[in-house]
Amino acid sequence: MSATAPAAGERTGPERAAHCRYVLRLADTSLVLGQRLAEWIGHAPALEEDLGLANLSLDLIGQARLLLTYAGELEGAGRDEDALAFLRDAPEFMNLTLAEQPNGDFAHTIVRQWLIDTWQLEIYATLEHSSDVRLGAIAAKAIRETRYHQRFSSGWLVRLGDGTPESHERTQRALDELWRFTPELFTPDEIDEHMSAVGIAPALPQLAPRWSARVGEDLRAATLTPPATPPYPWHGKRGVHSEHLGHLLAEMQHLQRTYPGARW
Amino acid sequence: MSENDWPLFEVFIRSRAGLEHKHAGSLHAADARMAIEHARDVYTRRQEGVSLWVVRSADIVASDPEEADALFEPARDKVYRHPTFYAIPDEVKNL
Repeated sequence: MSATAPAAGERTGPERAAHCRYVLRLADTSLVLGQRLAEWIGHAPALEEDLGLANLSLDLIGQARLLLTYAGELEGAGRDEDALAFLRDAPEFMNLTLAEQPNGDFAHTIVRQWLIDTWQLEIYATLEHSSDVRLGAIAAKAIRETRYHQRFSSGWLVRLGDGTPESHERTQRALDELWRFTPELFTPDEIDEHMSAVGIAPALPQLAPRWSARVGEDLRAATLTPPATPPYPWHGKRGVHSEHLGHLLAEMQHLQRTYPGARW
Repeated sequence: MSENDWPLFEVFIRSRAGLEHKHAGSLHAADARMAIEHARDVYTRRQEGVSLWVVRSADIVASDPEEADALFEPARDKVYRHPTFYAIPDEVKNL
């Protein structure tokens, strides 16, 4: 690697590390969210939803595989997708804190999914035209999946929010609890800013209004009330996580940790 | 909520452009949009189709099995309704 990113030839170590870290953030958000959805298998409210959530999960894990493989190549330390997925500890995971939040009830899962789907929709749509052609190709594949994901989750959001008094109350509660993780979605740090400056990644503050508009539209249709935006910024994408990620990783990584190199 | 609360839908899939929609099975869904999504998730995971129809099963008018004899039996001895009943003259190349 890697001739795919235009500037790769003469880039410095720190730049490459920032690039790698940026790709890891995308990868880990998809991986962790995919793992969360997989926890529903066998437990969804209906057989059809079970398959629906499994399909979303597989799409997300598929995105994570492409992104992790690429991150491993950028890192240049010989780590492949499996090493990155199964042999890193929580502080090395760069996913959005929202992605690792527990499934809760079905409304919780839907609200979390919808917030991230709508985020990914904006991110991938811009990344499709990234100066990094490899990332652009991954985004081009992912955006088609994400359009369906957002259709699925926004459909459920409206159905639950504008449903029975109980489903409305549960969905509003999920929104109230998860909303505090949303500032992280569009608050750039120095890596985001650098990647945006070199034309690889979108400028997050420019995407935020588009996300807010779409989210607002869906919330109105769902008769839900957007909570006040909280001041506390989470930093999952910097490796500072809520208490939930460790438990998720313990389960996800158990097999590889116990039987290193096991294949099946 | 159990899926038994949801109405039943019949799913039809068009496997390729130009072909007709064919019945693929049925599923439960709360509304038409969910039925399309369920049909996509349950019946088109392996590229089975390019178009979907869903119809509420309750909206389908079906023939009564009790009347099967009256409806279908009379066609049994009308073999002349099959094109293979007729000998095709050798001069006819394309039919």
